[in-house]
Amino acid sequence: MTPVPHDLPLGLPAPVGVLTAVLVGFFLMHILFVTMMVGGMMMVLVAQIRGLKDKAWDHIAHDLAATITVNKSIAVVLGVGPLLAINTLYTVYFYTANALTGSFWILIVPLVAGAFLLTYAHKYLWGRLPVWLHLGLILVVMAIFAFVPLIFLVNVTLMLTPDRWGEVQGFWDAAMLPNVWTRYAHFMLSCPAMAGLMVVWLYRRKADQDRAQVIRMGYRWLLGPTLAQFVVGPLALITLPPTPGSQGLAVAIFLGSILVAAFLCLVAWGELKRPDALIGQGFPLVAGAMVVILVLMGGARHLYREAALSDHRAAVAAKTEAFRAESEAARTNP
Amino acid sequence: MDFPIYHLDLMGNRLLVAVIAILHVLINHGLAVGLIPLVAAMEWYGARKGDPRWDRLARRILFFAFLITTTVGALTGVGIWLSTSLVNPASIGSLIRVFFWGWFIEWLVFITEVVLILWYHLTWESWQGARKAAHIRLGFALAVFSWVTMAIIVSILGFMMDPGNWLTDHSLWSGFTNPIYLPQLAFRTALALCFAAMVALMLILFFTRRDDPFRYQAVRAVSVFALATGPFVVLAGWWYASVVPETMLANLATGLATMQFEEWQDRLFLGMIGAAALVMGVAQLGVWRPHWVPRLGLLVPLVAVMWLTGHFERVREFIRKPYVIGQYMYANGLRVEDYPLYQSKGLLPYATWTYPLSQAETAAIPAGASVTDVQAGKDVFMIACTRCHTANGVNAVRGHFQRMLGDDPWTPDKTMDTLAYMHEARPFMPPFPGSPAELAQVALYIQTLQSVTEPLAGAQSAGVKLREEAR
Ligand code: HEC
Repeated sequence: MTPVPHDLPLGLPAPVGVLTAVLVGFFLMHILFVTMMVGGMMMVLVAQIRGLKDKAWDHIAHDLAATITVNKSIAVVLGVGPLLAINTLYTVYFYTANALTGSFWILIVPLVAGAFLLTYAHKYLWGRLPVWLHLGLILVVMAIFAFVPLIFLVNVTLMLTPDRWGEVQGFWDAAMLPNVWTRYAHFMLSCPAMAGLMVVWLYRRKADQDRAQVIRMGYRWLLGPTLAQFVVGPLALITLPPTPGSQGLAVAIFLGSILVAAFLCLVAWGELKRPDALIGQGFPLVAGAMVVILVLMGGARHLYREAALSDHRAAVAAKTEAFRAESEAARTNP
Repeated sequence: MDFPIYHLDLMGNRLLVAVIAILHVLINHGLAVGLIPLVAAMEWYGARKGDPRWDRLARRILFFAFLITTTVGALTGVGIWLSTSLVNPASIGSLIRVFFWGWFIEWLVFITEVVLILWYHLTWESWQGARKAAHIRLGFALAVFSWVTMAIIVSILGFMMDPGNWLTDHSLWSGFTNPIYLPQLAFRTALALCFAAMVALMLILFFTRRDDPFRYQAVRAVSVFALATGPFVVLAGWWYASVVPETMLANLATGLATMQFEEWQDRLFLGMIGAAALVMGVAQLGVWRPHWVPRLGLLVPLVAVMWLTGHFERVREFIRKPYVIGQYMYANGLRVEDYPLYQSKGLLPYATWTYPLSQAETAAIPAGASVTDVQAGKDVFMIACTRCHTANGVNAVRGHFQRMLGDDPWTPDKTMDTLAYMHEARPFMPPFPGSPAELAQVALYIQTLQSVTEPLAGAQSAGVKLREEAR
């Protein structure tokens, strides 16, 4: 039996369309910076390890590390708007999922704050720490960056399945919901890809002697994980739980994005084949394709969310209204 | 009330929010709102005097502020949302619905603030010479934006204490026109500047060497700044403390509350004067004999200012009780206007979730009592009491009854009156929200609790069950 709790008996502060636009639009921007931050950290780690043998890579790693601290500040601040919007649009769903995974939900605060402090230590103490400690710092940061997305994913998955709310006991139990791990893999693969795109963008106009080498690395980071997404993406799609509403359009868009991804891979492949002097020219096309994919994903996710919840929300609204009326009656004629 | 209830039994839910929120306020006031204008002023002064030592010092102080505000500062800010959405979702959810646009604008200002601090910090080296003037302007712009962020938030805090006209007109503007708004903003501004001066003095002593004459020049200058802020802390504090009772008396009309409050108010007053005196004393020393200012000794006024900030937040919390949003919602997350319904028909007919009795609880059910009643009592307890109390931790209900009744069995005939009139004896508790039958059931649960020493589990670990299925 699916629970139908009441919502807060206050109207929404803005039309649903406006709140949805804030939610989906800013969330995409937030996730863009998050993936660049997480993927960037993976890249720094690899470059730093290669830098143990080859000084040039150490230099590149240091350069990349500088982007992380900027991306992380922007990532956090951009997350606040969508958080506000999801609080109003999906009040019952979001708060319920938060409470049921509460021990881990609140851990986000110390974990991320700690990871950010360590990121600074890693960046500003470059060259001043023993190698093992410097690598240790980034490994700890990486572990945290890999775990926090899971906390968020468990929450947004749990919030869409009201029929499971009465069953889950704690975070790890909720982490076993269908779709969590495939989606997690899908997200974690997008991080190196996005970081790859970011370094192409950063080095494209540089007159650096490492320019071509770094751009090639960027494209490889983009291409490899994106090819893997042709397997992981459909898995994430297949494991989506069935919904009361129709998923037709959402699924069609997800499938459409596969075509765009294929196009992206082709262009990126072409870029890798170019001579050093010309590499990077295809960037606008690749980046454009990525933006299209992001928008399609964000849109389809939203449609899926609606398919999962619109009936339930109607039931919640009816129950809330009945409660409001009953309360008013009790108040006016005791 | 219809969200699964997250509950921390040992530390208590309120402490979780308090720790995060107070940490955030300390960082925000001491390292952003107050410190950034000081940094920008130092940079400006150095440029005017052509003295690079000021520039270097300002830069190092900014670096420190930057490290903390963009990590712990930013995350505790988000943490206030995350923790309140766990601890009192009904309250934060309602506030967001009312203040969405206020927070949205605040968010835009905050984005600007983050971009500005990144920019200010990262361009310090490169914007030299002709661009120095622009860099200094950037610093002052950052100072303004930091203050504006605070100015918006304070309206929401004022609203939570006294919604005033909102109860009738439901508009954002009534938050700003709230009677506590300006005094609170003035007090926070003065406090932030004073606090930041203490932080800066401390940092100067760390960032300069003992044998460097510049150290004493800097200590003297910041001390003058601190001396200038002290009187404003007292003045604005007095203004704030003088408008608070009106608001509070509008909330509660009982003598007891006033007595309690006077105690807090006296303490706030004394603390304010004490902290200001300490700051002024140290600052005076810094002006007269800058090399006498001891590094560790500075901790005393610094801690005093931090205590004052913390105490101020506690008083603010306190005078809000029993409400979480003045006259609209009690701290238990129940709306005042729904009380007639709950008190006649009961809370549980409108509750979706049930919190199954643990093994220890089931084992402790008093002879003759029905499991169904004890279960109902626990559910009411979860809804009506756990937002402020724990079973066995901070502000524990078991502790209170132990103190009042000792080891005699806590039979309902002894506890029901306490529960029924608790809002009169302890005016910062809301009236009991449920029906008379539910009151008896809670009393039965409390009797069960007498021998249960394990912590009460919240939804985050024990999960919840659907009431209709459990029945
Ligand atoms: C608004 C928050 C709040 C709520 C809700 C609340 N209390 Fe309290 N309660 C308090 C505070 C604060 C105290 C005083 C603590 C102190 O003096 O140390 C208190 C004191 C008590 C005491 C001791 C009274 C005395 O005379 O010393 C008991 C017993 C008690 N509460 C039981 C309950 C029960 C049972 C419920 C639920 C039906 C409840 N409270 C709901 C805040 C609350």
